[in-house]
Amino acid sequence: MGVAKYIKDERGSIKEVIYQSGIKVKPVYGPQDLEKAGFKYEKDLGAPGEYPFTRSLHPQSYRSRAWTTRQYTGFGTPEETNERFKLMIANGQNGLNVAFDLPTQMGYDSDHPLSQGEVGRVGMAIDSLKDFETAFAGIPLDRIGSGLTINAVATIMMAMYQAVAEKFGYSKNQISTTPQNDILKEMIGRGAWIFPVEHGVRLVGDSIEYAVKELPKSNPVSLCGYHIRESGATPAQEIAYAFEIAKAYIDNVVQRGIKPEDFVGRFSFNFNVYGNLWEQIAKFRAARKLWAKMLKNEYGVTDKKKLFLRGLFGGGGSGLTKEQPENNIMRGAYYALGAALSGAQTTALCSFDEAYTIPTPRSALLSLRTLEMLMDEVGLRDTVDPLAGSYFIETLTLEMEEKIIEEMKEVQKMGGMVDCISSGLIQRKISKQAYEFEKGLQSGEYKKVGLNTHATDGQAEKTDAGAVELHEYNEEWATKSKANLKELRRTRNDRDVKDSLKALEKAAGCSDNVMPCLVKCCHAYATVGEMAGVFRDTFGEWNEPDFY
Amino acid sequence: METKNKIRILIAKPGLDGHDKGAKIVALALRDAGYEVIYSGLHQTLEQIIQTAAQESVDVIGLSIMSGAHLPISEKLIAMMKEKGLDDIFLTVGGVIPYQDIPKLKEMGVSEVFPGGTSFEEITKGMNRLF
Repeated sequence: MGVAKYIKDERGSIKEVIYQSGIKVKPVYGPQDLEKAGFKYEKDLGAPGEYPFTRSLHPQSYRSRAWTTRQYTGFGTPEETNERFKLMIANGQNGLNVAFDLPTQMGYDSDHPLSQGEVGRVGMAIDSLKDFETAFAGIPLDRIGSGLTINAVATIMMAMYQAVAEKFGYSKNQISTTPQNDILKEMIGRGAWIFPVEHGVRLVGDSIEYAVKELPKSNPVSLCGYHIRESGATPAQEIAYAFEIAKAYIDNVVQRGIKPEDFVGRFSFNFNVYGNLWEQIAKFRAARKLWAKMLKNEYGVTDKKKLFLRGLFGGGGSGLTKEQPENNIMRGAYYALGAALSGAQTTALCSFDEAYTIPTPRSALLSLRTLEMLMDEVGLRDTVDPLAGSYFIETLTLEMEEKIIEEMKEVQKMGGMVDCISSGLIQRKISKQAYEFEKGLQSGEYKKVGLNTHATDGQAEKTDAGAVELHEYNEEWATKSKANLKELRRTRNDRDVKDSLKALEKAAGCSDNVMPCLVKCCHAYATVGEMAGVFRDTFGEWNEPDFY
Repeated sequence: METKNKIRILIAKPGLDGHDKGAKIVALALRDAGYEVIYSGLHQTLEQIIQTAAQESVDVIGLSIMSGAHLPISEKLIAMMKEKGLDDIFLTVGGVIPYQDIPKLKEMGVSEVFPGGTSFEEITKGMNRLF
């Protein structure tokens, strides 16, 4: 949870500042720093909207369009989630960011023994297309894009999204979905993996190939440095590992005879805003630049728009504290400011009560308002990349670029990301870092207001009362989901289900793309558990490497 | 110290939740504090946890739960431990646990509860209290 190390002299003046990525910050920066770093405007920044896009992807940035807000939403049954979706849209949100419960994420139906106690708890419970029909009822799927936060079975949810759109009369050309679909990061952090590494990567490849051919407005992968950072990676590692993971997916798709130019423009990213403000800003600017350079130089991508590092910069969960939870409201606002100062295209913010539970409507709305304030009230839309040219920010951005490259080279030296994850090397490394950060936080080496500095006397009294209204889990969600599932199994056409699952099994077992078969399975009302079951039988499950 | 070195703790991640940073860093902290620590890995069924605990003859099972399902999971595990005659093993629970649930967990028979934000020192003290 640490932010930066501050070494002070005996009078309390700050002698040294060291960021998590390992960069030392000087007390004063001037023109000589830029000169020393070899900074050149055209090479390192370029005009906004021009290569290498350090300043912005678009020439007018927030002048032409404020950022898109996508609060992570979903819980309970599809009915409840549909209500919450409509509330967020009525309140001005222009994209959805769908949360699924753990059974759905892990490919189990609501009536599976392992689903007990988890149905609808951390997201909505989806068993079949019937549930998607309820969840997305009345949502204009040609106007509102949906992020689907699901990975191991992302192919299934992407197919189901197409199926529900078709059911509602939209064509697959009109819809825009961004499944998270980054299985390698699940294996580093977050942990919602099922299949062994090579099969996981193959499914990601299938979905990219399918999107290239069939879903022109959808973005098949959202590469998540976010969770890698939450698991203990430094900001430089967050970007470096996400890029190395991206390369693993690119390699898989290139092997299918598709040119990077034809699909890398569909990648999007999800990065974390928590940490030292300046380090985050430099991180985002350096990341935009490096991604464009990498695609151009290593993959021969020429189309300008396909060099864009598009993405959601937000969240900040690791920075929130359970102590004095209201402080998280301010903390979130500062994190969001960092995202806005670095020209985030899309954003979302953890709510102040998330150290306790999933957000209530009130706290979710508070996060949304925080984001809107930056755009409409505080002045972040005034001018493009307002910090450009700052001696400090430009030096730091160059240093951050160097650090990211260093971290990427280290992964490459160890055989690339797939090898590093299969052996557990990366996981062990960042767990140890997380442990060290946590020790630093507990010793007060890293400052955290309300926790180890400026903590209120008598804080020892630990209570939730007053501060946080707890989102209550409702046992009825599971009962209802199971009843719906029973009814579905009774009324659907068994023949269609069987045939479509058989075709899926065949595709999974050879190198055919599974996506067209999945769309058919969804239309036949096969359940998530049945489709994932076919994959489980065909691919087996991943054995996590040893942690020590 | 000699007896303490022999104390074996199984840090276990029950159920489908994959957020394992807390479990892993607590495992490292307890190891540094002189305990012998076994980490279960992710997605364990309660049956698997009980089996590992019995096989490894652990003294403590430390559950790490982030999804909010700590009450039903703990209740079920305690019942299973009793059934298997493993109720001499202490059970502790950590993770995203609202303070208001601590008395409920203790009433069920959970020996110590370590909600998010508990320091390594407090966790070690809590473990020491058991022996």
